[in-house]
Amino acid sequence: MARLTINGQTHNVDVEPDTPLLWAIRENVGLTGTKFGCGIAQCGACTVHIDGVATRSCSVPVSAAEGKQIVTIEGLAQNGALHPVQKAWLEGDVPQCGYCQSGMMMAVAALLKETPKPTDADIDKAISNICRCGTYQQVRTAIHAIANA
Amino acid sequence: MNSVPNINRRSFVIGTVAAGGGLALGLDLPFGGPQVIRAADGSPEITAWVVIRPDDTVVIRVARSEMGQGTLTGLAQLVAEELECDWSKVTTEFPTPGQNTARKRVWGDFSTGGSRGIRESNEYVRKGGAAARMMLVQAAANEWKVPAAECTAANSVITHKASGRSTTFGKVAEAAAKIDPPTDIKLKDPKDWTIAGKPLKRLDTADKLTGKMTYGIDLKLPGMLNAAIKAAPVFGAKLKSYEEAKVTGMPGVKKVVRVGDNAVAVVADTWWHAKTALEALPIEWESSENDKVSSETIAEVLKAGLDAEQAFVGNQGGDAKAAIAGATKKVEAIYSYPYQHHATMEPMNATALYTADKCEVWCPTQNGEAALAVAAEASGLPVAKCDVYKMFLGGGFGRRGRSDYVAQAVLIAKQMPGTPVKLIWSREEDMTHGTYHPVTQCKLTGALDADNNLTGLHMRISGQSILSSVFPARLEQGKDPATFQGLNAGGAEGQLGYTIPNLLIDHAMRNPHVPPGFWRGVNNNQNAIYLECFMDELAHAAGQDPLEFRRKILKPKHRAVLEAVAEKAGWGKPAPQGVFRGLAQQMGYGSYVAACAEVSVDKGKLKIHRIVAATDSGHVVNPAQIERQVCGSFVFGLGAALYGECTVKDGRVVEENFDSYNVLRMDEMPKVEVIVMPSGGFWGGVGEPTIFVAAPAVLNAIFAATGKRIRTLPLKNHDLKAA
Repeated sequence: MARLTINGQTHNVDVEPDTPLLWAIRENVGLTGTKFGCGIAQCGACTVHIDGVATRSCSVPVSAAEGKQIVTIEGLAQNGALHPVQKAWLEGDVPQCGYCQSGMMMAVAALLKETPKPTDADIDKAISNICRCGTYQQVRTAIHAIANA
Repeated sequence: MNSVPNINRRSFVIGTVAAGGGLALGLDLPFGGPQVIRAADGSPEITAWVVIRPDDTVVIRVARSEMGQGTLTGLAQLVAEELECDWSKVTTEFPTPGQNTARKRVWGDFSTGGSRGIRESNEYVRKGGAAARMMLVQAAANEWKVPAAECTAANSVITHKASGRSTTFGKVAEAAAKIDPPTDIKLKDPKDWTIAGKPLKRLDTADKLTGKMTYGIDLKLPGMLNAAIKAAPVFGAKLKSYEEAKVTGMPGVKKVVRVGDNAVAVVADTWWHAKTALEALPIEWESSENDKVSSETIAEVLKAGLDAEQAFVGNQGGDAKAAIAGATKKVEAIYSYPYQHHATMEPMNATALYTADKCEVWCPTQNGEAALAVAAEASGLPVAKCDVYKMFLGGGFGRRGRSDYVAQAVLIAKQMPGTPVKLIWSREEDMTHGTYHPVTQCKLTGALDADNNLTGLHMRISGQSILSSVFPARLEQGKDPATFQGLNAGGAEGQLGYTIPNLLIDHAMRNPHVPPGFWRGVNNNQNAIYLECFMDELAHAAGQDPLEFRRKILKPKHRAVLEAVAEKAGWGKPAPQGVFRGLAQQMGYGSYVAACAEVSVDKGKLKIHRIVAATDSGHVVNPAQIERQVCGSFVFGLGAALYGECTVKDGRVVEENFDSYNVLRMDEMPKVEVIVMPSGGFWGGVGEPTIFVAAPAVLNAIFAATGKRIRTLPLKNHDLKAA
């Protein structure tokens, strides 16, 4: 049994302690916005915030996430208002298939919290999430749009 | 907002199937007027493509699959354009393959590949919208007892100007649905479009921002179990045995099942439990004749094909061999192209529910009808007792046109009747059980005369045929016509742009055991590299500017896109310090495309700074989405050029995940400048074409920068330090 705080709510999750946080979130808590892509922290589709830090949840055991504040894509919007990243994504028509975009937006939200006006080099360094549809140009434009808003 | 396909869709199925087999059915009824076909919520269907709800919501049916390419929005724009509806009231819905079968394929082809979505269905979906508009107008005219010709429709409102009356689509939908559909339907001239042709935003974005969008992998059904699978790592090998007892007591494990003759799956309460148990399951595979095959042995087989006597001729004119024999200057080069994996972000998955008299499948698929046929075959039930509910795709790129994972899901569910089972492939299973971009090599021989004119070209392709594996029935007396994509003598699909007096393009088919498949761009990808890099080689051999050399022998539309990128990129003018340019053009899937790449190579490190890309797709349905497809195409094509390679060892694919199979990421993404230059009069696709020119433009720019001619991909295998 693991006690997880996700999007401000506490969940008692009946899983083995070494279960990846990703699968506990998806299968036991039932929040499927966080995606499975690779399982080895390569692609970033599973990115969530753990105590505010963008983290690839496929490679974090639930035992390491207990007692911490976990935020998933479902918790990015606050009080029914889209997060600035979500708004910029909507405005910029960023997603194509959209599968990687939960992780992409979580990574970008964390970047902007740390670096509100990132340079292209900052973006290149911080955002290594894989998008196979190839939305990188729209992602970059949207990040700058938020920074310059 | 798009309706999320889920279990509720079953009521939609029942709703329409119960209503009968199509609009024509109503004509057979003895009284009560034509029967109206209704959507699940009871709203009337006007035509197969259009349902109007009483609140004026317009539901547009989309037969093709949406995998990110935006076809859902583009097709809806085309229907809405002719329907004259209020775009803000449009929502979309996927009819099921089972409904299509029951209604004599009223929605046509569901298959979504070859950049066909819009270019092949634009006419009938527009007619579906236009017919619905005519019926709605007729219904209003009937109510007002005025001629329909005096009424107009705009923005979902029908107006009779003379009497000042107006009504909305929602108010007359019931009456309209009872009117016989018109047969004489005139479509608008594209120059009068107000919805189509405009850079409208996608209809399916909102749920992708909040985690709400349900992809196949996200499906939840009551009582559902989860399955993880391992198929034989060597293609063609069979399952020998496994020790079920070793995993039966593990957490959550419900059952271990044999899947066909080459795979085993563990079914558990959660996928993580299933996967954990599968990893612990001792499995033995039969030995196979392919156990010793490697990338090296495959390359040897292909190499022999370069000089083989027997070859299928794809394009021929004049006497290429004689022209080469009599050339003042002969230029020769051998190129090769590797296996690559689609690497969709969402691994293959499907959910199946089997009972003795019904089989239902929920899956992300590019070909719903093929998935239905496979579900029927795997379940042993007739097609009429099966259906497939198409989910949004987390990428397709050609991989999800195949239904191998659907068959597996059904074969597992069949061993657990009444229980829905969701099968998810691990990334490792996905990478090693693909349908790969085929391998080919190409030997090109060009003849230049004393004035450095190109008098002859022989292009010998040796390698794998996709159709012989995927659609053997489409071979033409053994020849795979798809091998010659972009190299054909004529036709609207993929025509060679160059006029060369003596030409021979032929194919020595060599089929290794690794299964090939359609991979976004398909054979155009390597054909464009072979042809456009070799054209660059010929230009240099002739001592001519690569643009000028091409211009002299290019057909007008091919030339126009090349000139457009050259002009915008500043070809012929100085590039920034250390930056070099390369060009490429190709025609495929009905569209003409070209690119100019700007690169620098500093101490062997390549940087791709800028891409200028042009597309002439004839007509343009949504320029904003074309721009996104073009940007994405360069991500796909440049990732392939830099990293894309699946190697084969001991009969199996070596690369298992993104650590060994890298792809393009943000830090390597060049700035892409998109030119959309529709010349009108034809319909070309846009999801793939610019992929073709990504690699050759960059390779030609690398030559300009370093003097190194790269003829084998990917670039990661090359040292680019200046020669």
